[in-house]
Amino acid sequence: MIKKFSLKINKKVQNVQVDENMPLLWVLRDVLEMPGTKYGCGVGSCGACTVHLNGQAVRSCQLPVSALAGQEITTIEGLAAKGDHPVQKAWLDVDVAQCGYCQSGQIMSAAALLKNNPNPTEEDIENYMTGNICRCGTYTRIKKAIQLAASK
Amino acid sequence: MKKTDTNYSRRSFLKVSSLSGGGFMLGISWFATAKPEASLEALQMEATWQELTSYIKITPDNAVKIFCPNPEFGQNVMTSMPMLIAEELDVDWKSLEVEQAPFNTALFNRQFTGGSQSIRSAWKILRTAGASARQMILTAASEAWAVPVTELTTSLGKVMHAASGKSVTYGSFATAATKLPVPKGIELKGNSSFRLLGTPQKNVEGAKIVHGKSLFTMDYRESGMLIAMTERPPAFGMRLKSFDAIEAKKMPGIVDIFPIQVYEPTQKLAMFDTRSFNEVIAVVGKTTWEVMNARKKLKAVWEVSPETKELGMNNRDTIVPAGLESTKQHQAEMLAKGKLPGRIERKDGDPDKAFAEAKFVLERTYTAPFLAHNIMEPTSTFAHVKGDKVRFVAPIQGPDFIASTIATRLGIPKENIEINLARMGGGFGRRAYGHYMVEAALISKQANAPVKLIYKREDDVSGGIYRPTYTLTYRAAFDENKQLTAFHAKGGGVPESPLHANRFPAGAIDNYLAESWSIPTNITIGAFRGPRSNFNAAAEQSFLDEVAEYMGKDPIAFRLDLLQRAKSNPVGKINDYDASHYMGVLELVREKSGWGKPEHANKKRGVSAYFCHNSYAAQVIDLQVKDRQVRVDQVTSAIDCGVVVNPEGAKNMAEGAAIDGIGNALFGQLTIVDGRTEQTNFDSYRMIRHAEAPKKIEVHFVKSEVDPTGLGEPPFPPIFGAVANALYKATGKRFYDQPFGPKI
Ligand code: FES
Ligand code: FES
Repeated sequence: MIKKFSLKINKKVQNVQVDENMPLLWVLRDVLEMPGTKYGCGVGSCGACTVHLNGQAVRSCQLPVSALAGQEITTIEGLAAKGDHPVQKAWLDVDVAQCGYCQSGQIMSAAALLKNNPNPTEEDIENYMTGNICRCGTYTRIKKAIQLAASK
Repeated sequence: MKKTDTNYSRRSFLKVSSLSGGGFMLGISWFATAKPEASLEALQMEATWQELTSYIKITPDNAVKIFCPNPEFGQNVMTSMPMLIAEELDVDWKSLEVEQAPFNTALFNRQFTGGSQSIRSAWKILRTAGASARQMILTAASEAWAVPVTELTTSLGKVMHAASGKSVTYGSFATAATKLPVPKGIELKGNSSFRLLGTPQKNVEGAKIVHGKSLFTMDYRESGMLIAMTERPPAFGMRLKSFDAIEAKKMPGIVDIFPIQVYEPTQKLAMFDTRSFNEVIAVVGKTTWEVMNARKKLKAVWEVSPETKELGMNNRDTIVPAGLESTKQHQAEMLAKGKLPGRIERKDGDPDKAFAEAKFVLERTYTAPFLAHNIMEPTSTFAHVKGDKVRFVAPIQGPDFIASTIATRLGIPKENIEINLARMGGGFGRRAYGHYMVEAALISKQANAPVKLIYKREDDVSGGIYRPTYTLTYRAAFDENKQLTAFHAKGGGVPESPLHANRFPAGAIDNYLAESWSIPTNITIGAFRGPRSNFNAAAEQSFLDEVAEYMGKDPIAFRLDLLQRAKSNPVGKINDYDASHYMGVLELVREKSGWGKPEHANKKRGVSAYFCHNSYAAQVIDLQVKDRQVRVDQVTSAIDCGVVVNPEGAKNMAEGAAIDGIGNALFGQLTIVDGRTEQTNFDSYRMIRHAEAPKKIEVHFVKSEVDPTGLGEPPFPPIFGAVANALYKATGKRFYDQPFGPKI
């Protein structure tokens, strides 16, 4: 059913009128015109759609809009006001991206990891990031960038 | 591989024009001898094959912009190609702007990404363009200052006159330079004077990527745009019989539902016109979610399709067999067919006699499954048909090919097709096949609206254009001294053979036989990173490991012995590879990995080396197996791809190739039951993930003065062999059938 929802995204209130089952991913991409959050699989298996819900990394393709009222949502567009989050900076320093399509999701996962665990071991990184697929194979660089961001 | 092995077309041209508001624009276009229909070899094409186009723009206030000619799909051409121009133009890399050039049939032809050929074929033309633009600026300055051009120098976007101490930006002469003729016979820098080329430079789109900017076709939108998806047969070998869309049309947000025929039955198909299903049902609506939901309400009736004949260019028609195929059936058919005599591709000496007289024959059979490309950005295209014109935003590796097809299918002139090339979320060969652009155009035309066509991940995985499934049987004959006397390779697949008959070890063995066979199918197949090589390397390099073991030789030393033979006294006339370069990468990987050193004695390591797409790559992999799980400790790669333009991007790509190869060797497979793929999404298609990637990857390039030869594909095929050989060391078991993971 189509309903009205008031969402808090990147510290701004956004009112939308959509099907109550529409996943946050499509609300962001198709309704709010925020394409930074990517569609990769739609079944929670690739991590391309990762956003933060109250500071925790979640798969936005699995979150119906009706479940989000009053919660803090952060997308790649709002990760840092000036786009200079330590993880984003480290990503540029290490020159991580190849095609780049998976990288917003990787960055959102990495930022949540460091928030919860500022000094992760290699294994911590591997385990936490395991839900994020990179088809181009930038995994070793991603790990390096997370370690770099953690060291700052 | 000669030192200056570049086919520099005589018909190349540079065209200068002025910019509105003043300034300079140099258009670069290179007409090459293209034979698009020539053969499936095209993805491993020669340098003469493609055309490049690009621009250099300099405004009066000295803003320098370079347009990258080739489509970008993560191989980093948007950085490396403009670097070629910037080097000779002598501008500050940090301050210039790079943009993707659009595809424009009126201006250019044959922009193509594939076959690891972008840099190889751009090497001279883009540098010539940069040097010509610089020369014209210099000439304009010499006229303005009334001093001889020989007294002028340049540095990072400035013209300088030492005697008078003048130093003025290029921009000041940009408008005047447009009045000058394009110089002829321009001299290029020698490799030793490069200032920018060979230095590590970061991805020019890196910042946009980390900020989640709209770069991909998936992200594109404009006002009035509708979303479209297509419902297609649930299995290969099936087609649409009828459908009822009454309920689906009532779903919220749905605008229209109608069938489309991708190609007309009378249309002659070119080599990149492959599509999985010809008739599909288009569902058009306002948002992706609504369209996905409406698809579920469609009542479509599918039927088994009869044998069909596909009309090809140059009378190359193909029969598409009827039937619901299965992986099990393919495997049985391949096993049976592999036992029959094949088509002889190459024969040296007297292999029959050598095998008959052998004291021992080692015979092994290798197999590999279909692979899906799994490009990270699912297939998508924006199209807007208006009258006899169409405008696209599309992820496409070879826009020129599909533009011809679109012109035919829509019955419009090719010049009326505008294609804006979006950054691609991966390609790996999949986006050489642009049927989705035809689909998007047909849907836009019928819906009379701008439309973005999106494939669900499930559509991409289960209705793809796959890497074929292959089989290769090798036999080696030995005399009483365990010396190798003959070699036999017999390869085939569904629907093509993987064999490259003139590659190593052909040329190194007196008695050699290569045979091919194939089995037709209705499963659609196409190019996949390192076509054919990606299996050949795996099988051949595992077999050579076993041969070396039987002979009691070190695997690297054994390969070097064979290559030495091919170098000093080659067998046969046509050997695709250059033995010295092959030896070079093996020697480098031996040194860098510390191969054979006592400190590595306990490591479970495997080696592999392969030549494809004009380049050479060798890899050593160190791994452990615990509880049937593989942990890859290190990959050491040695690569000879000629001059390396951008070591940063090159390393990244070689690392990615190793990870991609390890993933596919251990886990990659697409299996089919009754025409349906058993894998449909990333929950069932096993991709390599973070923890499974190597803990460390070292990439070493052979220092070379040879013009660039290509890098996107060459480091991918050999890693499969290295994985198999290291797994043998770790488990004592040889692995013949990919993927290896489930068999450990
Ligand atoms: S799109 Fe959400 S996890 Fe893949
Ligand atoms: S950079 Fe291409 S999928 Fe990760």
